[in-house]
Amino acid sequence: MDLNLSDEQRLLRESAERFVAESYDADHRRKMAGDPLGFSPAVWKQFAELGWLALPIPEEFGGLGGGPIEIGILMEAFGRGLVCEPYVATVVLGAALIERCGSTAQKQASLPKIADGSMKLAFAHSERAARFDLAKVSTSATKTAQGWRLSGSKIAVLDGHAADEIIVSAHLHDHHGPSGRIGLFLVPATAAGLAISDYPRLGGGRACNIELPDLHLPEDALLGDGRDALPAIEWAVDRAMAALGAEAVGIMQTLLDTTLEYTKIRKQFGRPLSANQVIRHRLADMAIQVDEARSMALRAALKADSAPVERARAASAAKAKIGKCARFVGEQSIQLHGGMGVTDELEVGAYFKRLVAFDTLFGGTAHHYARHARLGRSTVSA
Amino acid sequence: MDLQFNAEERAFQSEVRGFIAKNLTEEMKRATALTPSVFSDPDIGMAWQRALHSRGWGAPGWPVEHGGPDWTPAQRWIFESECARAGVPNVNVMGVKMVGPVIIGFGSPEQKNFYLPRILSGEDYWCQGYSEPGSGSDLSSLKTRAVRDGDDYVINGTKIWTTHAHHANRMFALVRTSDGPRQQDGISFILIDMTTPGITTRPILTIGGDHEVNQVFFDDVRVPVANRVGDEGKGWTYGKYLLEFERGSGIASAKLREGLRAITELAESDLTGRAIDSPDIATRISEVEVDIDALEMTELRVLSALQTGQNPGAVSSILKLRNSEIRQAVTRLGVDVIGHDALAVETMRPLYKLNHEPALPEDMLTVVPEYLNGRAYTIFGGTSEIQRDIIAKMMLGI
Repeated sequence: MDLNLSDEQRLLRESAERFVAESYDADHRRKMAGDPLGFSPAVWKQFAELGWLALPIPEEFGGLGGGPIEIGILMEAFGRGLVCEPYVATVVLGAALIERCGSTAQKQASLPKIADGSMKLAFAHSERAARFDLAKVSTSATKTAQGWRLSGSKIAVLDGHAADEIIVSAHLHDHHGPSGRIGLFLVPATAAGLAISDYPRLGGGRACNIELPDLHLPEDALLGDGRDALPAIEWAVDRAMAALGAEAVGIMQTLLDTTLEYTKIRKQFGRPLSANQVIRHRLADMAIQVDEARSMALRAALKADSAPVERARAASAAKAKIGKCARFVGEQSIQLHGGMGVTDELEVGAYFKRLVAFDTLFGGTAHHYARHARLGRSTVSA
Repeated sequence: MDLQFNAEERAFQSEVRGFIAKNLTEEMKRATALTPSVFSDPDIGMAWQRALHSRGWGAPGWPVEHGGPDWTPAQRWIFESECARAGVPNVNVMGVKMVGPVIIGFGSPEQKNFYLPRILSGEDYWCQGYSEPGSGSDLSSLKTRAVRDGDDYVINGTKIWTTHAHHANRMFALVRTSDGPRQQDGISFILIDMTTPGITTRPILTIGGDHEVNQVFFDDVRVPVANRVGDEGKGWTYGKYLLEFERGSGIASAKLREGLRAITELAESDLTGRAIDSPDIATRISEVEVDIDALEMTELRVLSALQTGQNPGAVSSILKLRNSEIRQAVTRLGVDVIGHDALAVETMRPLYKLNHEPALPEDMLTVVPEYLNGRAYTIFGGTSEIQRDIIAKMMLGI
C-alpha cells in the first residue's frame, strides 16, 4: 500500500502544472471560446512533443505505457487551467477503445498516429433516447455485400468536429435482424453522408451531433471481430470518468484558491470577508470537499483495471461524489464572490461552467448513485 | 502507487486475524454489538485489553521502550481495521490513547514507571476531566482550581461529560493553578486517584438511555503535587497534544463500514420488509458507502504520507469532522431502515444482559439508541464548528 507519487509521476505533475500555468490564461481561454476549432493546434503539437499523447498507449505501438494514475495527474493539471484540447476524446476514450477492441492491424494503423499527434479521434455513442444508458444503442449497422451500412444519429460527441476518425457505436444487425451485440466502427470524418453539426460546449471546447443516414463503410471499419463491445465501452467510459474526475479536482482547487484569495482581499463592514466565521466555515467545507473529491478520483484511477463490478462501482462512486462536491464548490465560489461571481468578467464562471459540464457528462450524481446501488446489489446476490 | 498491501503487510494481517479469532469470545462480540454508546463496559473492554496486553499489543501507538509493538503506520491501520471488522470491544481509550501518550511525552520517570504498566495491563481505568459546565468549546476558560498547600494541591470545582467516571479509578484533569495574562496560562495537567476523599460522581443519562457520562465534583480534594505532569501552568500545551490523539489516529473508516454493513443487512432482511427495495433507501446506502470510501482513501493518503515521514497537518480535523458526520448518517439511515420498529423503546442496560424478551429483534435493539447517542459525535473532542475553525486557520490560513 503506497499512495505516494513516484519520482517520474512527480516530474510529470510538475511539468504539466508548469505548462498549464505558463500557457493558459484568461486571454487564451477567451480566444479559444470564440475559435471555430475550439482549441489550439500548436498546443496539441506541444502535447505530442511532451509525450502526453503517447502517455497511456502501449510501448509496442509508439506509446509510453502509462496508466490511469498518470492520466489523472495530467488531467488535474489540465483542470487548473481549463485546458480545452481534445485530450479525453482522442487519448482517454479513443486510444483506449482502439487498444481494447481493435485488431493488431487496426492498432498499428491508429495508435502510433495518436501518439505522435497526427490523428485525433472522437467517440460517438450517446443517443437522445438512451439518456445515460450505455447499453441502449439504436443506431444500426447492417451487413452488406461490400461491408456495413450505418444508420442513426448521435449526440454530445466530444470534439467530433476536430476528429480525423470517429468511433461510432452501432447495434449489429445480421440477416435475422438485431443481434444483441454492439459494434464499434472507425468512421473517417470525410465519409460521404456523415453530417456533423458542432456547437460550443459549456465550459470550453466543442461538441457535436452527428447524423448517419445510410453511411456505407468497408468491412474492416468494424473494430475487432464483431464480439459485443459493450463491456469495452463500459470499461473505457469508467476510465474517462476517473480522468474527468481528476480534471474536476484541478478545477475545484483553482476555484478554492481564487475564492480564498478574494475573501481575504474583499472588505465589507471594515474588515475582510474572511474575518467572518460563516465565511471561514464555508471555505473549510469547500476545502474538505476538494479533498474528498481528490480521494475519489485517485480511487477510481487505482481501480480502473480491477474486475468489472469493482471498477464500475469505483467509477460511479467517484462520478457521483465528485459531481456533488463540484456543484457545492462551484456554486459557493460564485456565492462568495458576490455579484462579481455572476459576471463574465471573472474566471470563476468559466470554471464553474466546466464543473457543470463535468457533472452532466456520462450521467450526473443521481444516475451514478443509482448505478452504484444497483451494482452493489448484484454483488450481494451473486 | 498501489492500493494493495505488500506480502509482509498481508502476513501481518493474517496474524491479526488469527489473534482475533483465538481471543475474541462470542460473549465479547455480542456485548460489543449490543453496546449503543461509544465505549464498551469495563468488564468487556478490559478483558480484551488483557488479551491484547498478553500478546504485546496493549498500546499500539506507544514507543517500544514503554511496551508499544513498534508498528509501522500501515500495520496500525491494518490492526485497527481488522479489529473493527471483527467487532472487538473498545478498550479504555482514555488510558491507552489519551493519558498514556501525555505521560510518555511529558511525565517524570516515576510517573512513567508507575502508570504506564498499569494502563497496559488494564489494572487502571482512566477518565478524562476536561470540560466543565461553563467551559465547553472554550475549554481554556476552565475554573476548577488547584491551590498549593505544602506537598499537595487542594482541588475545588466540577468536571462534566466525564465518560466512565463511575468505572474509573483514575482521572487526568486540567485544573487552574494560577491566573495568567491569557486564559490558557496557569492551567496544569494533573493525575487524580478517584478514591480520594471529596470526589463525588453524579450520573448523567443520555437521550439514548445510556449511562456513559457523568458530572464529577471536587470538594477540597487533596492531590500530591507529584501527580502533576510536566511544568505547573503548562497544562494547556499537554492538553492540546492529547486532543490531537483524541481526534483520531486517522483510522475510522473500517468501523463506519462495519456499521453500514449491519444496517444494510437489516435493509436486506424480511424483518424490515426488505427496505432496500425502496430506491430511496438503496441510493442513500450507496451515498453513505461512497462517503466512507472517500474517508478511507483520505486515511490511506495520510498513512502513505506518514510512512515516508511527512506531516499530514490539519487533515486530522478533516478526518474527525467527516468521521462524525458519516457516523451520524449511518445511524440516521438505520432509524429509517427499521421503520415502525423505531417506535419501540428498551430502557434496560446493558442490552447484552437483558433478562426479558425485548419488544423488537435483537439486531435492531441498538439502532435508535445509537442514532440518539450518536448526536454527540459532532460535539465531543471539539465540535464540528471548532473543527471548521481549525481547518480554516491551519489549512487555509484565515
